[in-house]
Amino acid sequence: MKILVCISKAPDTTAKIAFKDNNTAFDENNVQFIVNPYDEWYALVRALELKETLGGTVTTISVGEVDMDAIIRKAFAIGADDGVRIDAPATDAYFVAEQIATFAKQGAYDLILTGKETIDYNGSSVGGMIAEMLNLPFVSLATKLDLSGTTATLECDIDGGTEVLECNLPLVISAAKGMAEARIPNMRGIMAARTKALQVIAATTADKLTEIKSYTLAPGRTTCKMIDAENAASLIDMLHNEAKVI
Amino acid sequence: MATKTDVFQHPDYYLMDELLTDEHKLIRDTARAWVKKEVSPVVEEACQKAEFPKQWIKGLASIGAFGPYIPEQYGGAGLDQISYGIIMQELERGDSGLRSTASVQSSLVMYPIYTFGTEAQKMKYLPKLASGEWMGCFGLTEPDHGSNPGGMITHIKDKGDYYELNGAKMWISNAPFADIAVVWAKDESGAIRGMVVERGWEGFTTPETHGKWSLRASATGELVFDNVKVPKENIFPEIKGLKGPLSCLNSARYGIAWGAIGAAMDCYDSALRYSKERVQFGKPIAGFQLTQKKLAEMVTEITKAQLFTWRLGVLKNENRATPAQISMAKRNNVNMALTIAREARQIHGGMGITGEYPIMRHMMNLESVITYEGTHDIHLLITGMDITGIAAFE
Ligand SMILES: Cc1cc2nc3c(=O)[nH]c(=O)nc-3n(C[C@H](O)[C@H](O)[C@H](O)COP(=O)(O)OP(=O)(O)OC[C@H]3O[C@@H](n4cnc5c(N)ncnc54)[C@H](O)[C@@H]3O)c2cc1C
Repeated sequence: MKILVCISKAPDTTAKIAFKDNNTAFDENNVQFIVNPYDEWYALVRALELKETLGGTVTTISVGEVDMDAIIRKAFAIGADDGVRIDAPATDAYFVAEQIATFAKQGAYDLILTGKETIDYNGSSVGGMIAEMLNLPFVSLATKLDLSGTTATLECDIDGGTEVLECNLPLVISAAKGMAEARIPNMRGIMAARTKALQVIAATTADKLTEIKSYTLAPGRTTCKMIDAENAASLIDMLHNEAKVI
Repeated sequence: MATKTDVFQHPDYYLMDELLTDEHKLIRDTARAWVKKEVSPVVEEACQKAEFPKQWIKGLASIGAFGPYIPEQYGGAGLDQISYGIIMQELERGDSGLRSTASVQSSLVMYPIYTFGTEAQKMKYLPKLASGEWMGCFGLTEPDHGSNPGGMITHIKDKGDYYELNGAKMWISNAPFADIAVVWAKDESGAIRGMVVERGWEGFTTPETHGKWSLRASATGELVFDNVKVPKENIFPEIKGLKGPLSCLNSARYGIAWGAIGAAMDCYDSALRYSKERVQFGKPIAGFQLTQKKLAEMVTEITKAQLFTWRLGVLKNENRATPAQISMAKRNNVNMALTIAREARQIHGGMGITGEYPIMRHMMNLESVITYEGTHDIHLLITGMDITGIAAFE
């Protein structure tokens, strides 16, 4: 079983978000980055569980610059066997998918896993693009993944219930909450992470199809208006005329 | 009792993270994640019941808290001294009793076996201590000899093919459940010798000390030796005199200097959060000058301690940290943490005395920490002796 897990970084959920250069760039100053939780907790851990029962290897792939290496080493500490970093800033989903697909083509992976989305840009698009570029099936937002021979059985949450799917390998999957339970690395893993191979390769030329023009912060929480419980008419009036929601 | 999610975040006012390597940060995040998951949800109850949660042992071993700086060939993690310090900081952020258990195992049991033990002793004990299969304790203090351990009366007699050990040790962390004890006793010439004593040997008992108001999640007890036969191969062959136990204490005190920062950070983090949420007189109490004075002084003292202790870690890595430098850091940081705990308790008002918040627990724990491993005053006198050349405690 050869598994490729796409790992990206994301600002820590408690980071203070600010922009610079006239609101055209994210200000990374004093921002702590973490492994994108969906990649780490679900995609990577499920890949490791499958490897532990079926044998094989788990390789991580990331598109990013040198500050990505600490993120990749954490994936190693949790248990990935080796990793690849495509040395380029990850600014556009198509560009990223193209890099990963180009690498994956040579590897004959049975499974390619991504997290359901990154918690910063929430694009949810890289997995689907990789599948398309490699001409493989894609299952998004899977909450369960089991393998039997070359058949994968997957579960996905759908409106009001669960969907069970079967699909042949090779396959691209985006992992959602429920697929696995987060693991805390242990000291053996942290020590082993020092010596695992992290291959850095140059990016291939690929188009960038999107460009971010500017950012604005979501408006902060506004103050709360209290209305007397007896005064339903005033509530309705405000919802209608001020909030314009009814 | 506190079942709230542990949302702790450490203050990093002077960007000390930039002084740490990626591996240091990974080790810290790992220890912190484990504490949040396995310790915070149960520590209040453990303290209220005065029980050491045995399930912590496996977790402590897996995050490398047992002998982090012991080489890998003996089951340790082969990490540097800053990593060791960071692990202690994160454990004490959870609870000083938890950190005490790990300090004793690493610095007071594994360290002397590694430093003074024979190859056979190292191979027999260290891997099992690193994995937590065996727990150890350290017997130096006696009922009548605390700050002055050199006066100890526990002693060994050479009986030909074994030593006969008699005496009693008091205030011994981990004693009630330890599988082995590193014991310091005088030989017939009056020299202090170290040895490993195993549970189960005839005449060796470990009664538990009850009724503590401090370090309630750490088990404390006595070691009683009544004609215990210690095989000769269990003695540390070379080391004689007080420098044996003192070098262990040096390593443990270094860990305590980091640990105390953890307890202080937890109190500060809780006080900062609480003061922003608690409204009195129509505004958050964080908006009153007197509260700000408390919080501002706390973060100033924590920042100073972080940088001071990081520097000590660098010196320790280079094998240049002197015992007097370690005394200064232990004394300063524990006192700093205790002062912060008391101020943080005030900020939490009545809530501060309950198990809803970690403050009172840290505060009571730190009363032990400021006493054990050399009291606050004794460490001051060590600095005094170091700078004047005159010992004032003898
Ligand atoms: C919870 C807990 C766990 C412990 N765990 C261990 C353990 O695992 N192993 C172990 O060996 N010990 C352990 N200890 C013992 C601890 O190290 C001693 O309590 C400590 O060394 C102080 O000794 P003492 O209690 O006998 O106090 P004393 O030495 O009697 O001191 C009482 C007071 O007198 C002061 N004093 C003493 N001498 C002088 C002097 N010359 N000049 C000025 N002031 C002086 C002290 O500063 C202190 O304020 C533990 C203690 C506690 C509370």
